[in-house]
Amino acid sequence: MSRIAHSPHAHAPISIGKVMGTVLLALTPATLFGFWLYGWPAINLWAVSLIAAIVGEAFMLRLQDRAVRPALMDGSGILTAWLLAISLPPAAPWWIAVLGSLFAVIIGKQLFGGLGQNVFNPAMAARVMLLISFPLEMTTWVAPAAQAPSWMDSLRITFLSQPIDGMASASLLGHVKTDYTLGVGLEQSLTGYYLPLDALWGSRVGSMGETAAVLLLLGGLFLIARRIITWHAPVAMLLGVAVPALIFNLINGNHYAGPMVHLLSGGLMLGAFFIVTDPVTSPNTVLGQFIFGLGCGLLTWIIRTWGGYPEGVAFAVLLMNAATPLIDQYIKPRIYGRDRSGVPLPANKGN
Amino acid sequence: MKLFDLRGGVHPEGRKDLSVDHHIRALPLPKKLFVPLQQHIGAHAIPVVNVGDKVLKGQLIAAAQGAVSSSIHAPTSGVVTALGDHVAPHPSGLPVPTITLESDGEDKWVATEITDTPFAYSPEDIAARVAAAGIVGLGGATFPAALKLNLSRNSGVQTLIMNGGECEPYLSCDDRIMRERAVEIIEGIRLIAFAVAAKEVLVGIEDNKPVAIAAMQAAAKSSSVKIVVMPSMYPMGSEKQIIYVLTGKEIPAGGRPSDVGVLVHNVATAFAVQQAIRYGRPLVARIVTVSGGAIKTPCNVEALIGTPVRELIDFADGFSQAATRMVLGGPMMGQQFTHTDVPVVKGTSGVLALTADEIGQAEASPCIRCSSCVRACPVGLLPLEMAAHIRVSDLSGAVDLGLKDCIACGSCSYVCPAHIPLVHFFNYAKGDLAAQERSKLKQEATKKLANARNERIARIERERAEAMAKRKAAKEARERAAAAAKAAMETA
Repeated sequence: MSRIAHSPHAHAPISIGKVMGTVLLALTPATLFGFWLYGWPAINLWAVSLIAAIVGEAFMLRLQDRAVRPALMDGSGILTAWLLAISLPPAAPWWIAVLGSLFAVIIGKQLFGGLGQNVFNPAMAARVMLLISFPLEMTTWVAPAAQAPSWMDSLRITFLSQPIDGMASASLLGHVKTDYTLGVGLEQSLTGYYLPLDALWGSRVGSMGETAAVLLLLGGLFLIARRIITWHAPVAMLLGVAVPALIFNLINGNHYAGPMVHLLSGGLMLGAFFIVTDPVTSPNTVLGQFIFGLGCGLLTWIIRTWGGYPEGVAFAVLLMNAATPLIDQYIKPRIYGRDRSGVPLPANKGN
Repeated sequence: MKLFDLRGGVHPEGRKDLSVDHHIRALPLPKKLFVPLQQHIGAHAIPVVNVGDKVLKGQLIAAAQGAVSSSIHAPTSGVVTALGDHVAPHPSGLPVPTITLESDGEDKWVATEITDTPFAYSPEDIAARVAAAGIVGLGGATFPAALKLNLSRNSGVQTLIMNGGECEPYLSCDDRIMRERAVEIIEGIRLIAFAVAAKEVLVGIEDNKPVAIAAMQAAAKSSSVKIVVMPSMYPMGSEKQIIYVLTGKEIPAGGRPSDVGVLVHNVATAFAVQQAIRYGRPLVARIVTVSGGAIKTPCNVEALIGTPVRELIDFADGFSQAATRMVLGGPMMGQQFTHTDVPVVKGTSGVLALTADEIGQAEASPCIRCSSCVRACPVGLLPLEMAAHIRVSDLSGAVDLGLKDCIACGSCSYVCPAHIPLVHFFNYAKGDLAAQERSKLKQEATKKLANARNERIARIERERAEAMAKRKAAKEARERAAAAAKAAMETA
């Protein structure tokens, strides 16, 4: 007979490992599509990110005298590295991936106390660190599969930082921002650059796994169906971007991009379904999550429209991460038998 | 009828099919019965028999004491062989005061008062007879039933709710008793309604019990008792939750159902009430579900109070494999026991022998704040935050978050992907708070006594000083008088 245990004596067949595994599964189609789109350099970068995260996390756990195996097996470190990897430019050099992954798991996660303790989303913290520190490497985009680099070429791209001539390109949001500062109107700058069908399917310039809007959306719906996430934060984030985009686009269409351009650009789909739904760094009530998502969306749109950077998902998420304790402080469920302020309800014996 | 939506809740695997298809069977008469004096909420009963006494079935063997208590009767005829300690039906397995009864094999009833016109009794009389029969809430709370009747009659009852939810997995004892004894249950319900002058009577049954629903509907046909089919969801059968689902009313925090004009009783309690009023029979047996993956032939048995659970397990053909955990009650709120000598008591709804697969428990890992617990909590609490406060011994922080509103239903622990024993944290904290409050009361009492003592000493000293001063004054007066007399004598 085992030791005495408290009730309940039944448990749902779920574990942290299963939760993380399901999220990884939901990410797989968009990631595989990114591999197909950008070829070997993307695969190299992804593999290097994962390995660096595992090594970094194991090192930190060992320093703390904590069991390495169970913490690695829960899949949270792999998920962080995976999310970071697919938000990187596919032709980025290897050390970008290594630095980013180590920053994410060591500073972003383990220094806060490990799984469940971090205030900021580790993948987004690492992405922002890289973007600020290495703007050149982080904004050198390639056009998808114009001429797929061979395995040997890919090693040169990833590990020797030798970009092949004619590969460099600009992302849509970056292009619009550059044109805007040059005084070129939106209608002209979008011509030939924004192809709605391509954007929807993902054949556009961007990070390796961020571009396949449809596949990311399907992955997100899969997570909602499996009850790993709820719809509140994703829908709120998409609304937070789409609603102001629509209003301002109606006011001045040649100046402000419309909602579809915004929804299908940058890291929004990835952010909405895989980043703002990170349980650790988001509020713990569904209303709180809605507010959180809305804030992420609004800030993303504001940064994209008026900020110094073309893309704002990562910055927006970090800002809202900082607001999460505040949201949790004020948004709490009403307790049975009490009103919203916690005062017991009055007795009521009649009808 | 409009039902209100339960907040949160979970859908644990029912596993009621293991035991639900078997008729209730009476357990063979055990040789020895172990009847604890404490089988209810409140003060334990006081034995009124001595070792060697011969008793008949249904004879009072321990009487209720104080305001909240319940009487205990001999479950069968035989001889009292011991008044001493026996292993408790509790996870601790500690010894508790118990009356041991050796059965004489005759199972002979004491003379009882039988009536064909139970409704001729007055409401007060019905409550008194329910008290005399030692009936307690059979849903598991074991609160003395007569006390609830009296409290409710005084405060007025708008709605009498009969709880046939049986939302705990595995348990099918209420399902079976509703299928097989619906007529008696409906009469018991009408007696309770009569005793408290209820204006409306609702019987809530989960929709996973269609046969029981049909039987109860047929039995309730020509009465004002209304059978209400509720969705199957845990914890639908919890008192606060069933009241809300059926009436839309919430018991004010810290209050009782009577605060909203509601009285809740379990359907099995209604059967016991009917037996007590119509046949004068006290509560000496109950239906128990014997089930679990480690039980060879799960079933429902009618067991005498005091029967060692080993005999129930043997009756179910014993273990099919080693049980990882044995539980009294349902898996969500039941208590683990380790010794099969523990007796069936009035609150024992189930005896479960579970396998590791059924329990599905793993080592706890860190909380990832997924807030599954927040969505599952039927009360609207933040279990993850409460546990974080308790982990660092900040009990008052947990209380501020609503610890005292927790009903310990286990929904949060059930859904937690990190397998954190949240309810264990909460019950630990509640126990610690109770201990703190007790020690605070004790300190206050000690302080009061110390103050009284200081005052007493001061008063005694004051009195002594006063007495001394008085004596001194008297002595001086005497001396003065003597001196004066002497002087007078001298002058004379």
